[in-house]
Amino acid sequence: MTQNPYLWLIPTLPLAGAAINGFLGRRSSKRAVTTVALTFPGLSFVLALKIALGFSSAAAPYVFNLAHWIRSGSLGLPNFFTADFAFYLDQLSLVMLLVVTGVGFLIHIYSVGYMSDDPSYYRFFTYLNLFMFFMLTLILANNYLMMFVGWEGVGLASYLLIGFWFTKDSAASAGKKAFIVNRIGDFGFLIGLFLIIQHFGSLNFTDVFAKVEPLAAETSGAGLLTAIGILLMVGACGKSAQIPLYVWLPDAMEGPTPVSALIHAATMVTAGVYMVARSHVIFERAPIALTVVAVIGTLTALFAATIGITQTDIKKVLAYSTVSQLGYMFLACGAGAFSAGIFHLMTHAFFKGLLFLGAGSVIHAVGGEQDMRKMGGLKTYIPVTFSTMLIATLAISGIPPLAGFWSKDEILWKAYQASWVYWLIGAITALITSFYMFRLLFMTFWGDYKGIQVDDHGHAHSAHGDHGHGEPHESPMFMLVPLIILAVLSAVGGFVGIHHGFEHFLEPVFGSEFPKTITEASGNTEWVLMGISVLFAFAGLILAYVLYVSKPYLPEKIAASLNGFYDVVLNKYYVDEIYAKIFVKPLVDGSTKILWQGVDRKVIDDNVNSAADGARHVSDEVRHMQSGNVRSYAGWIASGAAAVIAYMIWWGMR
Amino acid sequence: MISVHLILFLAFGAVCVAGAVNLLVQRHPINSALSLIAVMAALAGEYLLLGAEFVAALQVIVYAGAIMVLFVFVIMLLNAGVEERTQGSRVAILFGVPGMLIGSVLVAWVVLRHSGTGDVAIGALPGPPKTIGDMLFHEFLLPFEITSILILVAIMGAVVLASKPPSSEVGGPAQKVKD
Amino acid sequence: MVPLSYYLVLSGILFACGVTGFLIKRNIIAIFMSIELMLNGVNLSFVAFAAHWHVLAGQIFVFFVMVVAAAEAAVGLAIIIAIYRTRETLNIDQVNLLKL
Repeated sequence: MTQNPYLWLIPTLPLAGAAINGFLGRRSSKRAVTTVALTFPGLSFVLALKIALGFSSAAAPYVFNLAHWIRSGSLGLPNFFTADFAFYLDQLSLVMLLVVTGVGFLIHIYSVGYMSDDPSYYRFFTYLNLFMFFMLTLILANNYLMMFVGWEGVGLASYLLIGFWFTKDSAASAGKKAFIVNRIGDFGFLIGLFLIIQHFGSLNFTDVFAKVEPLAAETSGAGLLTAIGILLMVGACGKSAQIPLYVWLPDAMEGPTPVSALIHAATMVTAGVYMVARSHVIFERAPIALTVVAVIGTLTALFAATIGITQTDIKKVLAYSTVSQLGYMFLACGAGAFSAGIFHLMTHAFFKGLLFLGAGSVIHAVGGEQDMRKMGGLKTYIPVTFSTMLIATLAISGIPPLAGFWSKDEILWKAYQASWVYWLIGAITALITSFYMFRLLFMTFWGDYKGIQVDDHGHAHSAHGDHGHGEPHESPMFMLVPLIILAVLSAVGGFVGIHHGFEHFLEPVFGSEFPKTITEASGNTEWVLMGISVLFAFAGLILAYVLYVSKPYLPEKIAASLNGFYDVVLNKYYVDEIYAKIFVKPLVDGSTKILWQGVDRKVIDDNVNSAADGARHVSDEVRHMQSGNVRSYAGWIASGAAAVIAYMIWWGMR
Repeated sequence: MISVHLILFLAFGAVCVAGAVNLLVQRHPINSALSLIAVMAALAGEYLLLGAEFVAALQVIVYAGAIMVLFVFVIMLLNAGVEERTQGSRVAILFGVPGMLIGSVLVAWVVLRHSGTGDVAIGALPGPPKTIGDMLFHEFLLPFEITSILILVAIMGAVVLASKPPSSEVGGPAQKVKD
Repeated sequence: MVPLSYYLVLSGILFACGVTGFLIKRNIIAIFMSIELMLNGVNLSFVAFAAHWHVLAGQIFVFFVMVVAAAEAAVGLAIIIAIYRTRETLNIDQVNLLKL
């Protein structure tokens, strides 16, 4: 256990950066802010690398206790509860750590270029560093309570960053929506935590899992572990944007693109997956909960993918794509293949992060336009962005030998072992994924440039500086270098999965002698399934090519023929409107009519006012005592004296 | 039992009460001042009956001879006239006099009922100036000195308050009282 | 031999007359004189008690009361003069600047 005495530095360094930039950034030069903003996460990344290189599987898990936090009750009594500021390092958190610090650092570098013309430059990096701190706390936490601190903290950072351009109404509302919907999930999460405390007396991972391990699986019906599992999943639905709490993620695209890349693709939304994976001990003993997880994941994957086909805003397509891919991760966890889920998490961080950064580069190139119908033919103007995005699109579509293929295939294989229904829906979703991703690629980079040649960028999307060019231009080096690095990772990142290498690495975490309730299938089936998924990937590519390159008039005809159904999908199945009608409007109405006008005005205000009025009336009567007339004062004095004398006489005579 | 002491006491007492009532009844303040002088003179007689010679002398010299003279001077200076009857004063008389009457009768009745306090002889406690002077300069030295300061302050205050305010044409310091 | 209570009753009568005058008179100077009457009544009671209990301090106290009364009368009359200068009246109901 002597490995990493400075494990605690990894989260706190970005916190220091956030504090410095937060307090001093307003008056500092941009160079100083940049230096601080890049140094601290960079140091975290270096430390993470150092830990990774010195990591030995034998010594894991490593717990480093920084300080006491909660000490309640006393040992031996049933109300004993402790929680500490402690950090926990094992293979799972190591993987997450590398992903978060690595991708996070790259996005920080990218943001230097992207946000260079923004007037609130320092504030952006303050929030970004703050986010890193909370995310790292979440990952490295030793107990559910600290994880929850990180959980809430990333929600806060997400709110701050989504609403970064808070003067814009839609951005401020999107931030609120994200936070509130997250909160709904957190409610479920908290109740799950309460159940854990009540029945296992602790929130430490080691303690809880040690207590859960000997319990039998709840195959015959729902029990305590099922309840805990489902409640934890509710929390994950909120944070990781699954049905029914995914609605905040598309709106979250109001934030700057690096935010979308970091938080809503690579890291924060994966917190739910991480949490489920971390709690696998509980889930494995609650098959119903696992099924719930898998079903939600599958449905979300398909649902979001269908919406992604119709969207025209480049970032919205990627948002729905993220929701869909997260569904894959939950599908994997629900099928019992937690390491596959984490594998896909890692590769997804690479290619989705790259896609978002690339989209940001595209948006920067065309001067703020985000509608793909106004783009086109950009591959000649921005070749570096194009090539990196091409690699990312190939990766996400699952075309070998890029990273996405390995992870997605692993998931589909394990899903098939759980149930062929999961596999079928997963495969169809893969087809749709490939289709809409290549649709994005073709609409953006092929054909003729449909954008307006503008001299000034009169748009409301971003503070994108005033280079008054007429035609799209490539991004600066700060933005391109991370793209290239991520492209390389997307290409080769999947190779760790060959021969189940990744799975073996995570085996000490997930592996157990607990019998899995899945049916083993023969190895040949695996090859067949692999072939089918590759076929689907290419089918999607070809379909997109046909519809958007060779016969660009076709999409409209198809949409017209599908008419009503197309409209529904285009409007995201009207989910937001349904929520507004069922949940939001009654709440707001109830709040207005009952709580505001009824309670606040009539009860509270009236009482306070009548108290004040009463005081006024009393003083109105009493003021006659102070008439300014000396004789009336004399009269009062005499009456008072008479009263006292009378009392004394009466008392003396008793 | 009837004794000289009692008769003298009643005589002086009658003068006191008559003067006090007259003070209330008279409408011109000068009449009230004169009746007050009568009260004080009668009170001096009462003090003598109790043997307080020095106090009686002081009563006449200081109270009747200085303070009341001051009052009379001020009345004449300000040319105070007769009071008019107004609504408020009628109300005050209506309520005040009976109230006081009842109150004082009550107190008197209580005092007389519980009069197991004993008698006071004529000239009961002689207070010659020598004895009083002794006490003043020994036990009561501090209050004595303080009252002297008090008088000093009162003199200065009276002078300042009653002086004419500085005239606005002359921009110099405030003028002293000229009259 | 006069009972002490007779002296006290007389003192009380004088005091009551003083209070009554204080309440019903409108001339400021008359009010002041009522106050002096009250003080005299109290002086009488002091001396009576001093004689009854053979404590000379009672008479000393009367001495001090007189001194203070003199000082108070001087200052009070000076104030009355000052008020008369500004208000041209000696009616106490007109001195009502303390009214809200």
